Amino acid sequence: MNVKFKNQSMSDKIFIIIVYVLLIMLLVVIAYPLIYIVSASFSDPQAVISGKVFLFPVDPTLRGYAAVFKNTKIVTGFLNSIFYTVVGTVLNIVMTVLCAYPLSRKEFTARNGLAVIFVFTMYFSGGLVPNYILVNKLGLINTPWAMIIPTAMSTYNMIICRTYMQNSIPDELYEAGQLDGCTPWKYLVKVVIPLCKPIIAVLVLYYGVAKWNSYFDAMLYLKKDALQPLTIVMREILIQNKVDFTMISDVKAASELQGLTQLLKYSTIVVASVPVLVIYPFVQKYFVKGVMIGAVKG
Amino acid sequence: MNPKIKRKRNKLGKSNWQFWLIISIPLLYAIIFAYIPMGGILMAFKDYSIKKGILGSDWVGLKYFQQFLTSTSSITVIKNTLVLGFYTLIVSFPFPIILAVMLNEIRCIRFKKLMQMVTYAPYFISIVVMVGMMMQMMDLRTGIFNTILGALGFDPINFFGDVKLFRHLYVWSGLWQTIGYSSIIYIAALAGVSQELKEAAMIDGASRLKRIWHVDLPGILPTIVIMLIFSCGNIVNIGFDKVFLMQNSLNADVSEVISTFVYKVGVVNSDFGFSTAAGLFQSVVSFVLLIVVNKISKKVTDTSLW
Repeated sequence: MNVKFKNQSMSDKIFIIIVYVLLIMLLVVIAYPLIYIVSASFSDPQAVISGKVFLFPVDPTLRGYAAVFKNTKIVTGFLNSIFYTVVGTVLNIVMTVLCAYPLSRKEFTARNGLAVIFVFTMYFSGGLVPNYILVNKLGLINTPWAMIIPTAMSTYNMIICRTYMQNSIPDELYEAGQLDGCTPWKYLVKVVIPLCKPIIAVLVLYYGVAKWNSYFDAMLYLKKDALQPLTIVMREILIQNKVDFTMISDVKAASELQGLTQLLKYSTIVVASVPVLVIYPFVQKYFVKGVMIGAVKG
Repeated sequence: MNPKIKRKRNKLGKSNWQFWLIISIPLLYAIIFAYIPMGGILMAFKDYSIKKGILGSDWVGLKYFQQFLTSTSSITVIKNTLVLGFYTLIVSFPFPIILAVMLNEIRCIRFKKLMQMVTYAPYFISIVVMVGMMMQMMDLRTGIFNTILGALGFDPINFFGDVKLFRHLYVWSGLWQTIGYSSIIYIAALAGVSQELKEAAMIDGASRLKRIWHVDLPGILPTIVIMLIFSCGNIVNIGFDKVFLMQNSLNADVSEVISTFVYKVGVVNSDFGFSTAAGLFQSVVSFVLLIVVNKISKKVTDTSLW
């Protein structure tokens, strides 16, 4: 396949050049907004509102970030989001493994019937209002648990996990374990979980990102300011344009205030996205794998 | 029977209770948080009152469905949902395939890796940040897009104030966010296309374009069909999050879709029965669409989900 460029026909040369040009255009279109946001967040407020920032930061300053970390709402939201993400993801993983493991074992006679019960929930649900009434009746409204318990497991991710357990752990291992007197529980802890590390990494990424980015549950179930995750705080600042000016009270001029508000928005965007984007390059190979396993199931 | 095998059988039979114990918590979760709310669907057929509870409330039959399918405001909502769904399908279905095919032609591994890394990244940005970024960068006065347009001598565009632009913004920003992620599955499928077939085509003098058309695309056709079936099932399932965040008083005419309607009617106005009926309508239509498209695909291409 590796034909040298100069040996190719004229039309093939033109074709591959067009492909490169299109891909580079796409690269620019996707990367530019990301670079711009980061640059703007480090720039001087005046430069940002007067449109002097194009690619690199202008008169670099950390004032936007200073404003972000002085804003108690953002800090509280950040800490809440970390709590919901960490506790929620741990529970997600435990539930997913506990569900996927019995469903992956041929020895478990009820597994096909149970699998149907779980898969059906992927295609059909009660809908918004019945869910809300249920969470309300359980007394979860306005508690941190509203962010964690109703979304304790995703059936789709559970199926991915089950497929992985079925395809990558040889059956002989289970039989060998049984002859040695290994119970299903011991087998799960001693054999299955250590062998499932790659898929658990994928699931941590999927669940973690979903938890970190979720805002609808919080909007529905949480009314107290002290419980709001970062996404809700960001919605107020970025989309509803409700900025608390007390934290930038040292600024006198109105234009300065406007500039700093813009800067605060850009900095908030970066702060909210950093945790995910920092982890992402390290888990990229796992996450591609996860998509593939999910696709095999179809 | 050999005693050893017999003992093993017994053990297998006995160990089932351990599996039951392990799965009991997830099963309890599914029953409470998926099946009990399904019972709440009854509300769509009842005049729900909190005092009487779901089972005790009076039946109203199909009143809410009639109301939903005949009132002009909900007809607009259904129409908006379909238009947005179709538009999304037409744009975000083919482009990831084209991206995957183009990446497959690239021999420079470094460039390929860079492309994949950058195009996957937006998928991890939350919807709130995504919409916030758009509003910042497309702001009428301070946004970078209008600054650039101004520098090129064009009039500024009020991106979020123009009703006509809502659908384009929604769909194309969605493509920006998901093109890389959606292409992964096709990249994987293309890696499985027979290299021998490609080499044979090359020896026969087929150009790159011809090889893509006659070897690559037929090779990944089953994947394409499966993804198309899923996408068609999702035409009416416009997600709540992004539309809700992009909504404002100026674009409400085109931006109200079933999911945001269900939220407003049910949670904001507390009209539980009507809201549940609208939600049920949406999930039934999407389920039926999935089955119908799957059937058609089974007949036409021999590829199907189940």
